[in-house]
Amino acid sequence: MSIDLKTTSITFECETGNYHTFCPISCVAWLYQKIEDSFFLVIGTKTCGYFLQNALGVMIFAEPRYAMAELEEADISAQLNDYAELKRLCSLIKKDRNPSVIFWIGTCTTEIIKMDLEGIAPKLEKELGIPIIVARANGLDYAFTQGEDTVLAALANSFGLSETNKNSRNSSNLILFGSVPNTVAYELTSELNSFDVQVTGWLPSKRFADFPTLNEKDFVCGVNPYLSRTATTLMRRRKCKLISAPFPIGPDGTKAWIEKICSVYNKPTFGLKEREDKIWKKLEVYTKELKNKSVFFMGDNLLEICLARFLIRCGMVVFEIGIPYMDKRYQAGELELLEKTCEQMGVFLPIIVEKPDNYNQIARIKDLQPDIVITGMAHANPLEALGTNTKWSVEFTFSQIHGFTNAKTILELISNPLRRTNIHKKNFY
Amino acid sequence: MKLAYWMYAGPAHIGTLRITSSFKNVHAIMHAPLGDDYYNVLQSMLERKRNFTPVTASVVDRHVLSRGSQEKVIENIGRKDKEENPDLIVLTPTCTSSILQEDLQNFVNRASQDTQADILLADVNHYRVNELQAADRTLEQIIKFYIEKSKKEKTLLTEKTTQPSVNIIGPCSLSFHVHHDLMELKRLLKDLGIIVNLVLPQDALVTDIKKLPQAWFNIVPYREVGLLGAEYLKTFYDMPFIDISPIGIEDTAKFIRNIQNLLNQKGYKVDFENYIDVQTRFVSQAAWFSRSIDCQNLVGKTAVVFGDATHAAALTRILAKELGINVVLAGTYCKHQKDWFINQVQSYCKDTLITDDHTLVADMISKIEPCAIFGTQMERHIGKRLNIPCGVISAPVHIQNFPLGYKPFVGYEGTNQIADLIYNSFTLGMEDHLLEIFGGHDTKSVEVSSISTEIEWDTNAISELKKIPGFVRGKIKRNVEKFAKINNINKISLEVMYACKENGNV
Repeated sequence: MSIDLKTTSITFECETGNYHTFCPISCVAWLYQKIEDSFFLVIGTKTCGYFLQNALGVMIFAEPRYAMAELEEADISAQLNDYAELKRLCSLIKKDRNPSVIFWIGTCTTEIIKMDLEGIAPKLEKELGIPIIVARANGLDYAFTQGEDTVLAALANSFGLSETNKNSRNSSNLILFGSVPNTVAYELTSELNSFDVQVTGWLPSKRFADFPTLNEKDFVCGVNPYLSRTATTLMRRRKCKLISAPFPIGPDGTKAWIEKICSVYNKPTFGLKEREDKIWKKLEVYTKELKNKSVFFMGDNLLEICLARFLIRCGMVVFEIGIPYMDKRYQAGELELLEKTCEQMGVFLPIIVEKPDNYNQIARIKDLQPDIVITGMAHANPLEALGTNTKWSVEFTFSQIHGFTNAKTILELISNPLRRTNIHKKNFY
Repeated sequence: MKLAYWMYAGPAHIGTLRITSSFKNVHAIMHAPLGDDYYNVLQSMLERKRNFTPVTASVVDRHVLSRGSQEKVIENIGRKDKEENPDLIVLTPTCTSSILQEDLQNFVNRASQDTQADILLADVNHYRVNELQAADRTLEQIIKFYIEKSKKEKTLLTEKTTQPSVNIIGPCSLSFHVHHDLMELKRLLKDLGIIVNLVLPQDALVTDIKKLPQAWFNIVPYREVGLLGAEYLKTFYDMPFIDISPIGIEDTAKFIRNIQNLLNQKGYKVDFENYIDVQTRFVSQAAWFSRSIDCQNLVGKTAVVFGDATHAAALTRILAKELGINVVLAGTYCKHQKDWFINQVQSYCKDTLITDDHTLVADMISKIEPCAIFGTQMERHIGKRLNIPCGVISAPVHIQNFPLGYKPFVGYEGTNQIADLIYNSFTLGMEDHLLEIFGGHDTKSVEVSSISTEIEWDTNAISELKKIPGFVRGKIKRNVEKFAKINNINKISLEVMYACKENGNV
């Protein structure tokens, strides 16, 4: 692959889709923690269960509020009645844990055997007196973080759906969507408050009962780049208006995000530029170190575009942005900022490779010899053994990376492997 | 449907992949949806493998659901054949392919017409067998395939070696302490003057399978994987096998005496009694240890043992026979080994438990309240919750159970390692107990010191502070107070905390 320095617009490529990523059911790991009164029931096989228990590591031993409804041969061959089986399990969950809501996570198996979860849920909901929300977070259709998207889209579809909502025709409420730790939600909310923009609610919030009511013409804005279905559902089904902005990741993204929302509400953003500059000043320790270093994103969690954009602004060179799925409309603001950033920094526009092929990527990595490869855990150790620095991409999903103050966390994650290499350059034997 | 939070043995395809990735130059292609290649993470993280795991997925997506995966699977097999040049490609079905019911065997037949590599379809059913059974079957399948192939090609080597020799069948990736066990086993066999003809599947080439019948006999060190292969070789090639796991002094001696008998029967006269005696008394410290004064304190102490059949049975016997510990309950999650297990342990423990439900195990442990537990990572966590020490003796395990140092469980060095493990578990328990009696550790409830008492924290800020992990909480509290003081703030709210964070003072 050759790199054309004169490229003026972003090149999109699509490969075979033979890449490593987490199964989207992994979203229960962070969602059950976020929604404190929820219970997640993953309806699938031993394969799903094995993935969850290994991927979640020690979390599994902390009596988590999630479980598998493990399908057995009799379920597959329809000798058992799905409705009766689910009723039995959910009654048990209600008795033992008494959650405010049960999420059913559909998997590949429920898709293939066409289990009618959406049909069964309303009936059981009535019988058990507990809301049941169905999300199809399966590996046939989605990758990793898109699991959250399916859950939030299901929530957006079903929550607060009542006649009264349609009355307020001129609502200008602002609802932010995307699951972030409570401290991050607080921080982003108070950033907007400081410019006199009020946040009406978050989807999701800490407790199921606190979820915002969605009215027609409410403004909605996403904080994560992998929430395109949620955005679509909010627009089409709930008639909300989407504010398309870059995502509040990195000080540049955060500033652009605030600016965009404020512009919708006609609020001036005095002092915002200075805020951003101040943060950049604080990050200089890292940016000096990272300047001109090259990065290769193999792609597995859909955070790749905004991370690449932030790193380019930090002075790094991005060779390739692999990404599982690219929604050019939902990420339009982000893509635009990426182009602008490349222009501003005087670097070439990276190639965006959708549905990458890991085998081909490794060949390109061997050619390009990037300073750091951002990749999943399946490739990290083998790449390190080849002498390539790596950073596990999963850590970006599980760390606090949004807003002004957390930009530091991202750069720490990126510079750690580089620092460690500096240590190893000195022989200690 | 079964409500399940955790499982001891994984799904079938994991077993197949553990076999294929143990061989050299064998590639597995999983017929699976995106995200099912989690095995690669296990291999690369737990075993810290330096090579890319030779497993790729032929991804089942919507497209495949509507059109069938024939084209894609055949294309992927052809591609891997060219890219990696493997000796064998194993098409591995998953739970998804079980229900799609595509004719995968037909794809294999089609693909193998154009490939250099041999192609096999792993003969495992997701809904019928678990990880361990699948591993056993896949290994048998590969052995059978190559024995029959070389027989047809007349390359099968059936003439026995001049020196006594063995095949070790079963050691594979992600097994408990397998690399160390293998090293120890080879050392033991070398001491006995026996050549290791072939180890299967760990680091073996499938092209070497034709040499299998050259060995005088086979060894199956673990019950879970290898027996089917050994039985096949016994039936068709009249090769005897030893299925005693040489774990613990007594079983190691039994293992060696079995080898002695086998060799003597074949007219090769050996006497290992002196070797057993010297090793037991001087190389292994375990025999002396069990007579030493420390072990007096262990006599009559209670323990619960749970794990795979091999390790749980071996540990039960060591605890009961070699150390005089009272094993109140011995159990395994290998339900298919039920009869064997009960037969092995019933005279050494009060009760047996055959289950793969970890909540049942937890209930039993909390009812019994043993002085120590020997189990898997799950029992370790149960122990943590109940404040009972636990030694990990069997898979499923975490990364810390893939130690860098030499820690075999088999053979004479194994007896030393096990003795340490047992003793350390019990003393830790004793120490804890004594500390409780004498007032506990004095560091338990140290207050985090403040800079001054003038600065107040509001309730939100306090609850935020509480969320910060204990080991850094004090530092953060002091920093925020310092920041407040400099800025003339006398009540700390959440806003102040964030302002402080933003200024880089936390």
